[in-house]
Order: sequence, then structure tokens, then C-alpha cells
Amino acid sequence: MKVVKSVSKASALFLLSLFFLTGCDIPVLQPKGPVGRQEYHLILWSFGLMSVVVLIVFILFAVMIIKYRANRKDTTNYDPENHGSAKLEVLWTIIPIIIVILMAVPTVTSEYNLQKSPTPSVKPLTVEATSIQWKWVFKYPEQGISTVNELYIPKDRPIKLVLNSQDAMASFWVPSLGGQIYTMTGMNTHMYLQADEIGTFQGRAANFNGKKFADQTFDVVSQSSSDFNNWVQTVKSTKPALTMNEYKKLEKPSVVGKMAFSAYPKQISNDAMNAKFGGMEGMPGMSDSSESKSSDDSAKSGSKADDMSGMSMKGGN
Amino acid sequence: MDQLMHFLTHKFFVTGEPMIYGADVAIAVATIGILFVLTYFKKWKWLWREWLTTVDHKKIGIMYIIAAILMLFRGGIDGLLMRSQLSFPGLKLLDAQHYNEIFTTHGTIMILFMAMPFIIGMINVAMPLQIGARDVAFPYLNAISFWLFFWAAMLLNLSFVIGGSPDAGWTSYTPLAENGLDPGLGENFYLLSLQITGIGTLASGVNFAVTILKMRAPGMKLMHMPMFTWSTLITSVIIVFAFPVLTVALAMLTIDRIFGAHFFTSTAGGDPMMWANLFWVWGHPEVYIVILPAFGIFSEVMSTFSGKRLFGYSMMVWSMVLISALSFIVWVHHFFTMGAGPAVNSFFGVSTMLIAIPTGVKLFNWLFTLRHSKIRFTVAHMWALAFIPNFVIGGLTGVMLAVAPADYQYHNSYFLIAHFHYVLIAGTVFGMFAGLHYWWPKMFGHILDEKLGKIAFWLWMVGFNVCFFPMYFVGLQGMTRRMYTYPANAGWTSLNFIETIGAFLMGIGFIVMVWMIIYSARHGERDVTGDPWDGRTMEWMTSSPAPEYNFATLPDMSGIDRFWYMKQEKGAVEKWRKQKIEEIHMPDNSGRPFIMCVLFFIAGFGLCFEWIWLAIVGLAGILLFMVLRSLFDPDEGHHIPVDVIERTEREAGRL
Ligand code: HEM
Ligand SMILES: [Cu+2]
Ligand SMILES: [Cu+2]
Repeated sequence: MKVVKSVSKASALFLLSLFFLTGCDIPVLQPKGPVGRQEYHLILWSFGLMSVVVLIVFILFAVMIIKYRANRKDTTNYDPENHGSAKLEVLWTIIPIIIVILMAVPTVTSEYNLQKSPTPSVKPLTVEATSIQWKWVFKYPEQGISTVNELYIPKDRPIKLVLNSQDAMASFWVPSLGGQIYTMTGMNTHMYLQADEIGTFQGRAANFNGKKFADQTFDVVSQSSSDFNNWVQTVKSTKPALTMNEYKKLEKPSVVGKMAFSAYPKQISNDAMNAKFGGMEGMPGMSDSSESKSSDDSAKSGSKADDMSGMSMKGGN
Repeated sequence: MDQLMHFLTHKFFVTGEPMIYGADVAIAVATIGILFVLTYFKKWKWLWREWLTTVDHKKIGIMYIIAAILMLFRGGIDGLLMRSQLSFPGLKLLDAQHYNEIFTTHGTIMILFMAMPFIIGMINVAMPLQIGARDVAFPYLNAISFWLFFWAAMLLNLSFVIGGSPDAGWTSYTPLAENGLDPGLGENFYLLSLQITGIGTLASGVNFAVTILKMRAPGMKLMHMPMFTWSTLITSVIIVFAFPVLTVALAMLTIDRIFGAHFFTSTAGGDPMMWANLFWVWGHPEVYIVILPAFGIFSEVMSTFSGKRLFGYSMMVWSMVLISALSFIVWVHHFFTMGAGPAVNSFFGVSTMLIAIPTGVKLFNWLFTLRHSKIRFTVAHMWALAFIPNFVIGGLTGVMLAVAPADYQYHNSYFLIAHFHYVLIAGTVFGMFAGLHYWWPKMFGHILDEKLGKIAFWLWMVGFNVCFFPMYFVGLQGMTRRMYTYPANAGWTSLNFIETIGAFLMGIGFIVMVWMIIYSARHGERDVTGDPWDGRTMEWMTSSPAPEYNFATLPDMSGIDRFWYMKQEKGAVEKWRKQKIEEIHMPDNSGRPFIMCVLFFIAGFGLCFEWIWLAIVGLAGILLFMVLRSLFDPDEGHHIPVDVIERTEREAGRL
């Protein structure tokens, strides 16, 4: 464990000093929550291991091309028949195997760890997120409110995200808090995030999903839990409700600003949407294109709530 | 009439962009220019007889390589346009739509119409010579493969001015690439051009594998073959297993788009995730298809210019076999973020890391090939040597990407873009440049200018690292790939600007290379010996350029690097040259592959525009040609008489 720590520390020092030299902000290397931090430690560990290999190869390479250049003074050590050594070859098979083991073990452990809530003692806040070309709609089933392109969260409380997509495949990414997960139609993906600082973090859609992909950004606002509760009350008392008509407008491909709604219709909860995509109608937003064929001949086949049978996507539960 | 005009301006021709009109003009001027030059110098017959109808592997290889360099130019211009657009935040050089089209064509062209033909070209030029074959096993099929690639490349490039470019990325993920979210013709061009060139590649894979297994020189066992030939054999096997998956996936998406099926939409029970899986089941082996032959070239070049046998020959072979096997069980690392669960991600993460083991073995074998050697710093060798440190960076960041939970933070970011350019450029492109310098005398009979070559080399080396190294950090700063612009307050400006400078340095390096080729054609040192580098393998035994029949006679070729040892044995070379010359049987030229592939183009074009009648006409023509070939084509070939061979050899100074 000591070695792990010191390798990680050295890597961190090296990477961060690079950045302080350029004076930049590097969200991935300055995580603001336990999920991002776990990923960050893996990054440091693998970077450290890889740096050792890079160093060995670079030194060997430099020695070889300087020492054995053809125009050196003394070429008596030229040996055209030197073409193999069982000892050496075993050596450089075993060393990579050890390095791979050193990387594989923490990979598998954190892969399983990340499926669990980062703070199991605190009840997570569930948020449903839906990507629509080129915006994010968030729904808070417990609070009954909804927002667009802004995600308010209480600090120090795990957020359980349930994600899907209205159209193209997108990816939900808040580099300061943790890595990505895809959003898809007809099924949910799951992820935990948690912030342990107050602040506003940049989020964006990270998987290309059409023309204005670059503009599909959102803010994550982390607040103390009392501020969060106040915010919920304010939204409930001052904002309009999201009507189905209003939502139909959001379903069309467009870039929009931030919005908040005091309530939202049941039909747009993730599960209801997924059931709909199981095969009752064409994809909304797809059907109003005059070129589209999928709208008129979409089969009225039996509905399948989870279209993605065959691949288990419920890792988060 | 009005309807026709409307069709032409709204659907057929792409309109409304100054860059497109520029391209229209450039294409028209270039076409007229080529037609004029051919007519003026009375070259039509020559073109038809010597090139369009040839079945000679060496000429087909040269045509592949020329086409690949042209495509490197096209893809490179795309790259420079993207880098220009991103040099500062908020630029309006390219709008979102245009940027999306350009990264799509850049990726598609670089992988399928630059790297693939470059590699297949190198294989065509060198592999049959390395094993002492007269030609590949199926020369007629080889010509078909080339013309399929050529017309597919035409089809894709045409989409820039006619019909519209694809814009869903070179990965063309569904449901985005389906009709509903991406109407228009662009994606059809992607699907059909890949389909056509893919069929050609599959045929090449079969062709090369049979050639190597069946047509080696007397005495040459499998474990005596040059490493490039080994890499070709393994690559061919990967092609044979991987490309059918692409064929099927493309066909399914084509049926979705043109005939309204739902394989990849959740609308009627289809599964969008299935595309990502099928695409990468082909796509990951594909990246090994473009890297293994480069590995083969590095092995040849390093051992030649170090004056030493390759270190750990059999380990080198076995690690390639292992890499090729593992390449089929890692594809999910392209979408760890799809949420398939920890068991799946763990499996594919670890399997990916395993590839680092045989690759590391190869790397150390190359390094130790240099030990106790005499390193000659020719340009070919410099490209091969530069591969080592640059590729190591790409490879090891690849291992970092295999750490699935960490990949959640790198995925789709510029970290990934940096990684794959480090492996694709430092691996494949450097390999092709090394091979180009190395085999140029064998192709054209003269050596490429070393001085200009070194200038180009250093421009590339600096430009490449300046362009791509900062991308790792922009990625960690949260910049994702495929963004047409970024805001000024994101903090990404300075690194992006530096990257653009590097890209243009590579562009200048490319221009120097073109100049080097033109200059060397006039002033390059002639290669009269056929063995300008003190080579070790068979291709250096024949004259440069090699005669139509490759070798007048074949000696016993048992043992690794047999030619090099022959040169050490007194009288061995002379004895082989005095062997009795016999009549040689060669295949006949044929115009049919060319015409048949034009029909493929016509059928593909028809399907792109969804003019089913035209597709049927094209396909019927193709069928007719197949029937002709099967039933009425004796394909007897011709014999080169002994006196002609003797005259050719005498003129080359080898009798
Ligand atoms: C001439 C030097 C090159 C430059 C300046 C360059 C630049 C770029 C840039 C900036 C991107 C990212 C675009 C984006 O995501 O917004 C990109 C993507 C890509 N490049 Fe290159 N590149 C070069 C050479 C190559 C080569 C030689 C290959 C392959 C052999 C290649 C293959 C790709 C691929 C596959 C993509 C992904 C396209 C996609 O996202 O669909 N590039 N390139
Ligand atoms: Cu899915
Ligand atoms: Cu891969």
C-alpha cells in the first residue's frame, strides 16, 4: 500500500505541476467528490506505472541509438549473430505480466465499488435525467419538480442518477464529479455522483449526438442541504408547471437556456418513456421530419418495456 | 424542368458553401487537366494497357500507394481545417454541420481509404517478392480488390459535392445514423463506399493468405519467412474473420435506411446498441489490421539498417499471433460507458491490458535488435526508430484507457483523440513512411533523396508531438471530441492554439515529402544493384524495379535472412544466378476488373440516391461479369520465353 501511495503521489505532483505551469483548471485531476476521487486515484496509479515503463524504454532507446551508431569509434562489439536470449525474453514477458496484474486488481475492485453508493449511510437523492437533442431535462421524483440544463444537488449526499435518452445516444459527464455514462432510448442507465464542496460545476453531453452537440451543456449547482431545500421550495412556489404541451416543444431538436418547473407530467418519467419506446410509436422528434420513414411504417408490435434484453444494464441496482 | 432544377440544386449537388463551390471548381479543373494531359501526350492507350488492365502485383501495389497518398492529402486537409476551426474559441470558419461532416470524412478516409490501401499497397509491392512468388495467388482478383477500393473512394469523395457528406462520425452510431435523426443522403454514401471497399479488402485477405501458404520459394518454411510476410499472413487471417462482420453490419444499416427496416432503432424491436457492438467487433481487429503490417515493416527496416538479425524471431511471431487472437475479445473497451455492468467491463478491461504483454515483448525485441548492431541513420530507419518512443506513449496511454473506471473520465475526450493518433500516426503512418523509403528503389529504381527526407522527418516529428501531446491535457480539462467550437472561458484556448501550430508543421512536412518525391524522380541516385541497403530478404535479390516475372530463377531459400547469408558465402550468389533459366508462365492482363468495379460504383451510387432501378442495372452488370468469368474465361495466361528472360536479365546486368 505504501508503494501505491508514493507512486500515486509522485504522479500527482508531476501532473499537477505541469498544470500549474500553464495555470489551467483540470477538473479530472481536481475532483470535487468521492466518485471522481476514486477515478482520480486510479488515473494516478496507472499513470505512475506507465511512467516507469516509459522511462525504461526511453533510457534503453537512448542508450542503444547512441552506443551502437554505425559511425562510432570502436565497432568491435558489433555482433550480427546476436539474435536471441531466453533469459532476457522471459524477463520482458514476466515484467509486463506483473504490471498488468498491478493494474487489473484495482480496476476490477473499483469497477464493483462504483456500482455502490459512495456514502451508504445517507439516503441518496434520486434524479432522473433525459438527454434530448441538445438539452438535458432533469426530474426530481421525490420533490416532484423538474429543471432543464441545470442540476441542483445537496452537498455530501449521494445522487442516484437514472438516465435515458429521447433520441440519439448521448453521454452524461461532469468531469469535476466523476466519469460518464451513456443515455439511450428505451432503457435506463444508472450512476452515483456526490459533491463534497459547494460550487458550480460544468457538465456536458460527451457522446456525439448531432448538429449542435457542442452546445449541450449544463451546470451542476452543489449547495448545502438547507439551501437545496430552500431552492426546492422556491421552485415549487414560483415556477410554472411543465405541461405536456410545453414538453412536446422541448422534444424538438433545439438548444435552450436554463429552466425550472414546479411539477411535471407522469408520462415523462423515465420508466413511462422507456415503456413507450418499447414499440408503440416512432421516436418523437424523429417523426416530424418529412424524410422520415420510421414514422409511417412503425410496426404496432407488442410493447417491450426494456428493449435491451440480452444485455444487463441494471448494474446500478 | 423546374422540378429537375429543384432536384439538382436541392438534392443532387451540394450547395450554399463557398468551400463546396471551391471544391466543385477544383474537381472540374483537375478532371479537365488530367483529360487534357492524357490526350495531349497520347497516353490513353498506355494508361489502359499498363495500368488500368494490369494484374501485376507490383503495379497494383503502386496504384494503391498513390491513391493512399492522395487520400492522406484529403484527410490531412480535413485535419487542418478542423485544427484551424479550433485554434481559437468561437471561430466561424466552419459551422457545426460542416465541422461534423469534416471529422466524419477525416476519420473514415484516414482509416479505410488511407491506412488500409497504404498497407495493402505495401503488401502487394513487397510480400510476393519476399517469398519469391511470381505474383499473388489470384492476380485477377487482386485487380478487382484494387478497383473496388478505388471506386469506393471515388464514391465517398464524391459525396462532398454531390448528395452530401456523411456527418455521424466514422463510427456512425445508431440511432443517430438512422433516417429519422439523420435524413439526407450523406450516411448512404458512408455505408455503400465502406461496403464496396470492404468486399475488396476481404478478397485481398484471402488472396494474401493463400499466396503465403502456397507460393513460397523452395526451402522457405513458415518460420523462415521475413517478419513483414509473417505480419501479412496474420493480418490476412484477421481480415478474413473481421470484415464479414462489417459487411453484415453495413448491410443491416443500409436496409434500415433505404428499405425502412428497424434493426437499429428501438422503434420496432430493434436495438441501437447492436450497431456499436457489431461495429467494434470489426473495428478493434481493424486497428490491428492497420498496425501489424507496420510492425512487420519496422522489423525489416530495423534489422536491415542495424546489420543484424531480428532479435527473438519466434517470440515476434508468437506475440503477433497472440495479439491477433486477443484483438477479437476486447471490443467493449470502446464503450465501457454504456453501462453493461462491472463483470462485463472488468472482463474487457483486463483482456485489453493483456494485449500490452505481447506488444511489450515486441518492443523489447526491437530495442535489443539494436544492441551490438551498427545503426545506419537512413531516413527509412529514422522513421522506424522514431516509432519506438512515440508509439510507447500511445500504447501506454492505451493501457490507461483500459482501466475501465478511469476510462469513464477519458472516454470521448481529447485524451482519447491523443491516444489513437499516437498509435495510428506513430505506428501506421510512420510505418508506411519507413516502408516507402525502404522499398521505393524496388518500386521505381531510384533512391528517395535523403536530405529532403530528413527535413520532412523532423518537421513531422516536431509537428506531430506539438499537435497531439497537448490533447491529452485538453482532454483531462474536459474538452470532448467532435466539438465544432468551445467557449472562451473554458480554459482550453492556449493548448488548442499550440496544437494547431503542430498540425501545420506536419502539413509543411507533407509538402516537403511531395517535393522530395518529385525531386528524386529526376535527381535521385539510381539503384543498379537491386540491393541498395545491403538487404537481408528476397526482394533485394532481384533487380530494381523487379521485372514482370520477379525472379528468373530461385535458389533454395531455407533459413532466416537467407539472402544475407548467401552474400557472406563465397560464390553462393553467382551459383544461383547461373541456374538454368526456364520458361515462365504469367497471367494475362484484363480490362474486366476495372469495368466490373465501375458497375459496383454505379450500383452503389444508385443505392445512395435510392434509385433502385440504377442499382439493379449495376448489379445485373456485375452478375454478368461474374458469369462471363466463371463460364467463358479460360484465362490461360502467357509464357515468357527463355530468350526474353535472358535478354531482360542481361540488360539489368545480372547475367
Ligand atoms: C495530418 C494529421 C492529422 C491531424 C491534424 C488530425 C486531426 C484530428 C482531429 C483534430 C480530430 C478530432 C476531431 C474532433 O473530434 O473534433 C481527429 C479525429 C480523428 N482522426 Fe485525425 N488527424 C490527423 C491524422 C490522422 C490519421 C493519420 C489518422 C488515421 C490513420 C486519423 C484518424 C482519425 C480518426 C479515426 C478520428 C475520429 C473521427 C471521428 O471522431 O469520427 N487522423 N483528427
Ligand atoms: Cu442500451
Ligand atoms: Cu479497440
